[in-house]
Amino acid sequence: MGADMSVIISGFGGQGALFAGILLCHTAVLEGKYTTWFPSYGAEMRGGAVNCSVNISDKEVPSPIIDKADAVIALNDASQIKFENRVKPGGFMIVNSSLSHIKPKRTDIKYINIPLNELAQKLTQPAFVNVMALGAFIEKTGILKLESIKEVMKEMAKTVSAKKAALLPNNLECVEFGANLIKNQMVTV
Amino acid sequence: METLVYKRPESLLKDGHFTFCPGCGHGVVLRMIAELIDEFNLQKDTIAISSVGCSIFLEKFFNLDVAGASHGRSTCVATGIKRCKPDKFVFTYQGDGDAATIGFNETIHTACRGEHITTVMINNTNFGMTGGQASATTLVGQVTTTTPMGRKAELTGYPLHAAEIVAKCDGTAYSARVAITDTKNIRKAKEALKKAFEIQMKGQGFAFVEVLAACPTNWHMKPAEAIEYMENVTETVHPVGVFKDITKETI
Amino acid sequence: MAKELVKGNEAIARAAIKAGCQCYFGYPITPQSEIGEYMGANLPKLGRVFITAESELASINMVIGAGTTGTKAMTSSSSCGIALMQEAFSAMCCAEVPGVIVSVMRGGPGLGNIAPAQGDYFQALKGGGNGDYKLIVLSPSNVQEAIDLTYRAFHLALKYRNPVMLLADGILGQMMEPAEFGEYPYKDPDVNEWALSGANNRPARNIVSLHMPEGEMEQRTNMLFEKYAAVAKNETTFEEYMLKDAKLVLTAFGTVGRVAKAVVNRAREAGMKVGLFRPITLFPFPDKNLHEVAKNADMILDLELNMGQMLLDVRSAVFGACPVEFYGRPAGGLLTPDMIFEKVQELYKKLDDKTKAGVI
Repeated sequence: MGADMSVIISGFGGQGALFAGILLCHTAVLEGKYTTWFPSYGAEMRGGAVNCSVNISDKEVPSPIIDKADAVIALNDASQIKFENRVKPGGFMIVNSSLSHIKPKRTDIKYINIPLNELAQKLTQPAFVNVMALGAFIEKTGILKLESIKEVMKEMAKTVSAKKAALLPNNLECVEFGANLIKNQMVTV
Repeated sequence: METLVYKRPESLLKDGHFTFCPGCGHGVVLRMIAELIDEFNLQKDTIAISSVGCSIFLEKFFNLDVAGASHGRSTCVATGIKRCKPDKFVFTYQGDGDAATIGFNETIHTACRGEHITTVMINNTNFGMTGGQASATTLVGQVTTTTPMGRKAELTGYPLHAAEIVAKCDGTAYSARVAITDTKNIRKAKEALKKAFEIQMKGQGFAFVEVLAACPTNWHMKPAEAIEYMENVTETVHPVGVFKDITKETI
Repeated sequence: MAKELVKGNEAIARAAIKAGCQCYFGYPITPQSEIGEYMGANLPKLGRVFITAESELASINMVIGAGTTGTKAMTSSSSCGIALMQEAFSAMCCAEVPGVIVSVMRGGPGLGNIAPAQGDYFQALKGGGNGDYKLIVLSPSNVQEAIDLTYRAFHLALKYRNPVMLLADGILGQMMEPAEFGEYPYKDPDVNEWALSGANNRPARNIVSLHMPEGEMEQRTNMLFEKYAAVAKNETTFEEYMLKDAKLVLTAFGTVGRVAKAVVNRAREAGMKVGLFRPITLFPFPDKNLHEVAKNADMILDLELNMGQMLLDVRSAVFGACPVEFYGRPAGGLLTPDMIFEKVQELYKKLDDKTKAGVI
């Protein structure tokens, strides 16, 4: 993969799509890269459709707005429908196949189907589908290092409440598992 | 041996002659405020906030620092000043059009926040400066230029009772209505103003004094008739009294 | 100091605190509520003042109160909330009260929506307040600039005793990117010469906006406009990018400016001579500088997230030196790099055709 990467992460409110984007950005900053995060959400505080656009680059990012993304992470079926046409030809889409059974429409992009909910819930309680998807994304693209995002998670855990910090091991497990799915070719890429 | 019986307050400018209509209550109240500032030795530490209406030209009368506020926003400006300079004495001088009509929301919220400021509201039940239109405190039946047949409750509702409502706010330490109808009542009014000053100096909360005053020009009365009208009519609708005084409340 | 990931709204709040802002008065409205939230969580800890006011009217008038004492104070709001403050802006300019206003634009008119937009250029620059007055208006295009211009806003407010508006859009308010805060870089003027503090061993002062005697208001307005001329002379700021040989010049403010920059890069890769002129101070508008640019260009394309507001200032600056085209989307419609690039290609082809035909 090149030095520029744009990704749209989308889901329904509560799935952690926006937070996943923030994690990516922090990781990019840790690695000394340029990055932007731009959210989009409805008026609802909970449950509405949300997405964020993330750019990671070795150069200054001129536009935080993404027309066509190198990758899309669709955490539910609505996100797959909404963003399927926004993947660049040759790009890929990570689809949460636990919540989306929609037939792929395009032949010029890759679909990486991962039953995130099932896998994550088997792995840990509570489970983090967003973080597991990130693990897969990082491993697939190589744009950032898995170790860096773990470092970011550990740093973040120091700044949040004890209750939230207690979830760090689960998060680390989920992101690692997501990466291994790609590394060990446990999903069709 | 000569005895000094009259002295112009230091807090009034030497050439700051009042320019109010004959029989108007503003001059009396401004004079009392100036006397109190002198008595408490506050002149060097006072910031006054003027408002819009006949209450506007404070800088032409007072030998005090003055900030001007837009219509109805004097207590907001006062809040900004007092929060930055808590050791200053900060008061607003407003009319019923300003504090009870366009700015009553601000008055209420300033009271609820318990800002340590003093608000003096002259209530002459009309917009005096613009020529005598009906305000929120105008009496039912009162003739004004916008209620030429008298204020009709079914058309424009009922007068707003500022001092009583302000008294209901938890942040209010003192709320009173006085009337400057004669010497005795003017003295009582000064006592109320003094109390409202002390409340601020002790940091006890918001202090509000509503002063019923005559507006003979717009009431179309002679000054003496206007006083009578205040006693016989205005005070029956806006009764004088102390509606809250936390320094007197006992458990 | 290292760069850290920070959201635009939070960056503005943190920069304000570093700039020495002693008071925040505000009223919640999307998409800028994070500013008030950050202030509410942090100013009291520092022993500074935070009030959620009863309205935007109250907020800005509390800023006035603080400003009359020479204290650094601010408010923040968005579109319809800023609309409520217009009377106070006019009064502040007249009475020469300093203060900082952050306006994070959303979609309008009316309650509109909460999507990013730039429909309040007129509101900031052409005023809804009465009379002849000018706000100093600064327009950041990225989070770093939001920090730097927040610092500058507090300094200019005191330097010129005038309200200063930081005009951001919802994209900047909501987006995150790495930036660094550094230290507040300005030395502010002494306020003791004019601020209200009580008439202690000096004549009483007043800071008011009513001036009734004949001729007084005219004289005052002339004085204010001399000041505005000094602001224009000293403070005009803009960004030029790839302008030297540019045939087609893009003009844009705020975040559209950075999107346009991306398009300039793409156009250059495609062999098109395209450049960018981005005003950073909207008042003072860099009209003379833009005019010089226009003299050397074949065409200007003005890009805005509205129906053409800065366009009037662009046309006035260009003053016929070259044709001015406009491309904009209002009320939450975003201009993406693809959209702008397509427009650039279309216009550039026209210019090429004209060149080939010997018209220019």
